Parts: sequence; C-alpha cells; structure tokens
Amino acid sequence: MKNWPLWEVFIRSKNGLEHRHCGSLHASDATMALENARDVYTRRMEGVSIWVVPSSQITASNPEQSGELFDPAKDKAYRHPTFYELPDELKHM
Amino acid sequence: MSEREIKSLEDQFEARIANDEKIEPKDWMPEKYRKTHIRQISQHAHSEIVGMLPEGNWITRAPSLRRKVALLAKVQDEGGHGLYLYSACETLGISREELFRQLHTGEAKYSSIFNYPAITWADMGAIGWLVDGAAIINQVALISTSYGPYARAMVRICKEESFHQRQGFEIMMTLANGTPEQKAMAQDALNRWWLPSLMMFGPTDDQSPNTEQSVKWKLKRKTNDELRQAFVDQTVPQANLIGLTFPDPDLKWNEEKKGYDFGKLDWDEFWQVVKGHGPCNKQRISARINAWEEGKWVRDAAMAYAEKQEKANLQEAI
Repeated sequence: MKNWPLWEVFIRSKNGLEHRHCGSLHASDATMALENARDVYTRRMEGVSIWVVPSSQITASNPEQSGELFDPAKDKAYRHPTFYELPDELKHM
Repeated sequence: MSEREIKSLEDQFEARIANDEKIEPKDWMPEKYRKTHIRQISQHAHSEIVGMLPEGNWITRAPSLRRKVALLAKVQDEGGHGLYLYSACETLGISREELFRQLHTGEAKYSSIFNYPAITWADMGAIGWLVDGAAIINQVALISTSYGPYARAMVRICKEESFHQRQGFEIMMTLANGTPEQKAMAQDALNRWWLPSLMMFGPTDDQSPNTEQSVKWKLKRKTNDELRQAFVDQTVPQANLIGLTFPDPDLKWNEEKKGYDFGKLDWDEFWQVVKGHGPCNKQRISARINAWEEGKWVRDAAMAYAEKQEKANLQEAI
C-alpha cells in the first residue's frame, strides 16, 4: 500500500498578514491534511487560515544556481531611493 | 566531483556556518553533516514520541479534571513536537517510514530517560518539572543551531514546553504541601528521577568524542557538563522552595564557582539503559511497534478512500 503523501503547510496568523510556511506533514488527502495541520500547527490559536499544498507540486529554485538566478537585480542600484541625490534642505521625500 | 572541489565546497560550507548563516534543505552539505543531523533530529523526534508513553498511561487516572486536561495537552504537544521534528528530519532526504523502521529495530536511539517507569501520580510532577526542565535547557541551546528546519522547529518547541515544566512543578508543589503521605510520594518521585534527569545531558565532556564537531556545526552551543551544571543550579533552589531534598549527600553550594557541587553519576547504569537493559526498553518499543502495525489498516483505508475520491472527481470532470 502507498504511504501517505507529504504536504507543505502555510498558516495565516491573523487577517492582514500573509500565509507563511510553517512545516510539513503526511496525510492521505487534502481534507485530512487540513485537519492534521490544525492539530499539529495551531494548537494555541496560531492561525486564522491554513493552506496545504502537496509537496510534490512545489518547484523550488536550485541554491547552487542562486548566483545566476538573482544576478539581474544585482547591479540595479537605481531601483532604490538612496540612489538619487537630493538637496539636504529637502527633508521628506 | 574531484577531491579538491569537495574540499573547497566544505570550506565554503564551514565558513557560512561560522558566519551564522543557516543551512537550508536544498543547499549543498557534507555527507557527514547530513548524517549527523539525521541521527540527532530523528533521535530527538523519537524521544518526543516515546516520551508520550510514560505519561499517556496516567491520563485516565489524573486526580482531577484540571490535571487531566493539562496532562492531555502536554502529551498532545509531545506528539506535535515529534511531528515537527520528523518533518524537519525528512527535509534531509530520509522517509518517515525509514525513520520508524530505525526506531522499531533499535538502530535509532531515543532519550534513555523514557525507559524508566512512571509508577505513581507524583511521577507526572517529577517528569514535567525535572525531565522537561532538563530537556528545555538542552533545547534552548539548539534554537541557534545551523540547520534551518531544525532551528525553526526548536523555536516552536521551546515556546510550548514552558507550560510542561510549570504544570509538573505545580503537581509537585501541591503534593509537597499536602498530607505526609502525599509529601512522601513527591519526595519518592524526586529521588527516583533526579539522577536519570542529570544523565539526560549525556556523558561527561571527557567521554563525549563528538563534541568538537557538534560545537562547530552549532548542534551544541555548550558542553554536556556545562548544561548539566546549569540544570542543577536552576533546580536545587526550586526544590528547596517546596521543602523537598535530593538523594545526593555530596550536593552542596560551592561559593567559589557560584554553583552546586554534586556527586558522581552512575554511568554504568546509563550505558546499560542505552544498550536496551533499562526497566522499560522492551515495553516502550513494543508499544511503538504495536501502534504502527495495528494502525496499518487505518492508513491503508484512508489512502484507498483518497484514491477512490480522486477517481470519482476525475469521472465527474469528464
């Protein structure tokens, strides 16, 4: 018989905040994954909403290629406000 | 990969850790790092799961509803902690099934303390206060360990554990302030759990060969003896507060080192229990194997149901 697949669990701790990855668990289907996530990760009201995603559905970037992958943003200091020179008298901008 | 390339990767890796960077699951890591972490995290997970057994036994016999809900919540937390740790361990590329196999065959160890029996209600107090107290000292040191998933699990676990120790101490305090029989029961539990709790920190530093590597990988921030000393210094005043004493004639304050001196521990007994000859080793493992085997039909049925539902949904879509 097949083993229960692995699910990644994301919890929104309160409305207004994003769902955040908090761990994984095994469950036979999505309904059970949600119920197990409630019991494993929200025993003390840590969440108002749960997402579960089959771990096999996640495509992750390869850390060994992080250099190339994130390289395009590296030399674009002009995307940051501190790149622009403004007169000192200008207090808030 | 050539040996030189591996060496250079290893150097980069060690530099990252020295720099307090975290290692994440898909990052390159030396094989020894992976193996050591699988061993330690799984041992930790198994300890949580086996640790449910001595206390689970007392849930139905708790003396009040208040004690019962607290103990139930504590045992549930231990189940939860085991699950956080198993999932952290699985990120290193080992399956849950393999982890269970290692536990069931005795290849993997768990904390020896759980091979001692919990024979009276006062043991629920002593376990929460002393065993969880010792575990917390060990675990707080692991919050800043180098492997990300392990460190994150430790943060959650430490947050949740503090109630475990407090509920244990409350049980002991209530018994110690009770009838002479109740106080004697509390004292008896302390007498039995004290030395095994001290041994939870592992062999003395001169007998602990893996310490150096573990310190480098931040699996250990302090040595076994340092952590043990911290536990003794923290616990002795707590016992004094509720009028209990320790089964150690050599225990006394040492003004010079600003800590307590304590007697030699019985390491022969420790190694006997580790090797499987403790009072409850067989019982604990057979309870785990039994739970796994008797639960098989439930796991299979849930999987069969899930597959059937999926097929039905596909049919509908067509």
